[in-house]
Amino acid sequence: MPTDGVNKKRRRFLVATTSVVGAVGAGFTAVPFIKSWKPSAKAKAVGAPVQVPIDALEPGQILKVQWRGQTIGILRRSEETLGLLSAVDADLRDPESQESDQPAYAQNEGRALREEYLVVNMHCTHLGCIPQMIPEVGAQPFEENWKGGFYCPCHKSKFDLAGRVYKGVPAPANLKIPPYSFLDDSTLIIGVNPEGAV
Amino acid sequence: MAKPDNTSEKSSNALLAWFDARLPVTAFWNNVMTGYYAPKNFNFWYYLGSLALMVLVMQILSGIFLTMHYKPDAEMAFASVEYIMRDVEWGWFIRYLHSTGASFFFIVVYLHMFRALLYGSHRAPRELVWIFGMLIYLALMAEAFMGYVLPWGQMSYWGAQVIINLFGAIPAIGEPLTEWIRGDFFISDATLNRFFALHVIALPLAILGLVMMHLVALRENGSNNPDGIEIKANKDENGIPVDGIPFHPYYTVKDIFGAGFFLMIFAFVIFFWPEAGGLFLEHDNFIPANPLVTPEHIKPVWYFTPYYAILKAVPDKLMGVILMGVSVAILFFLPWLDRSPAKSIRYKGTWYKILLGLFTIAFVRLGMLGMAEGTPAQTIEMRIWTFVYFAFFILMYFISPGGKTKPVPERLTH
Repeated sequence: MPTDGVNKKRRRFLVATTSVVGAVGAGFTAVPFIKSWKPSAKAKAVGAPVQVPIDALEPGQILKVQWRGQTIGILRRSEETLGLLSAVDADLRDPESQESDQPAYAQNEGRALREEYLVVNMHCTHLGCIPQMIPEVGAQPFEENWKGGFYCPCHKSKFDLAGRVYKGVPAPANLKIPPYSFLDDSTLIIGVNPEGAV
Repeated sequence: MAKPDNTSEKSSNALLAWFDARLPVTAFWNNVMTGYYAPKNFNFWYYLGSLALMVLVMQILSGIFLTMHYKPDAEMAFASVEYIMRDVEWGWFIRYLHSTGASFFFIVVYLHMFRALLYGSHRAPRELVWIFGMLIYLALMAEAFMGYVLPWGQMSYWGAQVIINLFGAIPAIGEPLTEWIRGDFFISDATLNRFFALHVIALPLAILGLVMMHLVALRENGSNNPDGIEIKANKDENGIPVDGIPFHPYYTVKDIFGAGFFLMIFAFVIFFWPEAGGLFLEHDNFIPANPLVTPEHIKPVWYFTPYYAILKAVPDKLMGVILMGVSVAILFFLPWLDRSPAKSIRYKGTWYKILLGLFTIAFVRLGMLGMAEGTPAQTIEMRIWTFVYFAFFILMYFISPGGKTKPVPERLTH
């Protein structure tokens, strides 16, 4: 190829600009493919609130339901259990739930709207497994001074019976509390805030 | 006696000539087979490359047949795998061929990588061979993970939950990223469907492309050997390495022997021990996926457990994920971390034997601990071996330039 009289500067400019335009075009073309991976309209639509009857729940019993694909636990706590909550404060990472995810009305010691009922997103804040509830008070293989709580089989994270995370475990925050409210004394609705609450 | 009849040879030669004028058949054969001279001292460790290729082909073939019966649908996936196992003629065999093949693929690949550590096969001028190999290893891990999700058992579901949430540890973009990968707010049909697409189309294509690059880069400089000496430095008057022998027939025959031996063991496992006591196929994966219950003892398949142990050893979400990522990524830098004048362990001093020995124990022990229940004592042990794992790379960088070596011979030994 004869190269006499070639304006190298202009050629380099043309190569550069063509490449940039091509790259931008390729970038835009990638958008539909990348966006097609996002939750579809159908997936987004399956998010309706869930009503749960709780009149049959005995103290110490936990009921698990699904809301937006998440497993939500509803635990009826006894007076005794509630009394033990403050006993572990010193071993917790975030006892006052300052850095955890819950509605403002559940940012209290029991992390609940009505102390008796803990409504909690059961997925461990580490990698999303479902911790087991181990309500027995006393020494456990994973904790000598156990006051009852949740224990994650995946990576040994520990939470108390208000879903508050212990220190020295991989989970970074307390279990999440979903928005919920009481329709009446025997029905809970998950996904709806109490009237007036934000 | 009649004259030997050579018309058939003539006509086959004519046919070959017809092709050669249009497609470089003979030239290619000579180039990669009969005219390619490989070091004459290959030992057991040099079976593993050809075995890896063979297992890849077996995985692709058995996989094609599995897709003919499998349904990538959260409602039907588990049942369709059981249908393959029970109702499809020889379905159990094809399925076990594929599931056992995955574990054997990793056995072969780990030994293949260990060979590089023994003889310095990743050292200059073969750094790119190692890097393409590492990329194959990464793609293989993704391929194996997604394949394990497809039967939609308990371990499929919760394994996917844990692995995808690892990305959630990334600050700021973590949560939306996991949502994007899942295609939903939780592991669902959308996730299964895309993993199927990636498992059967995208990743196999990527792996095949990378294998080709791995081989092209390998053939550019030729194989290393147990002595770690460049045979091309010593050529005869025809330009042929004096310590080389033609790949075909010498190594094709050797590799076929190795393949036969491998297939004997492989067939034994498929027929008599396909689950390997829960190592190759975990017991919990014979229970359909249940989003409400996490299995009591969750762990990945054996080939991921060393890294899983590193993740578990760190009591912090982000740090654990970072350290686990680094434990894989650091392997990419091996060619530059080993600065010893000798490539092969044969001519490196005791220091390297100790380092490599400790590293090997650390990797195996981490693998075992990654599967274990996780008592506090085990957590401490995991931390110790995690430390040893990383110390291997750091110590090698500092010890290798001055570390003792024996004189490296001019010619191959045997």
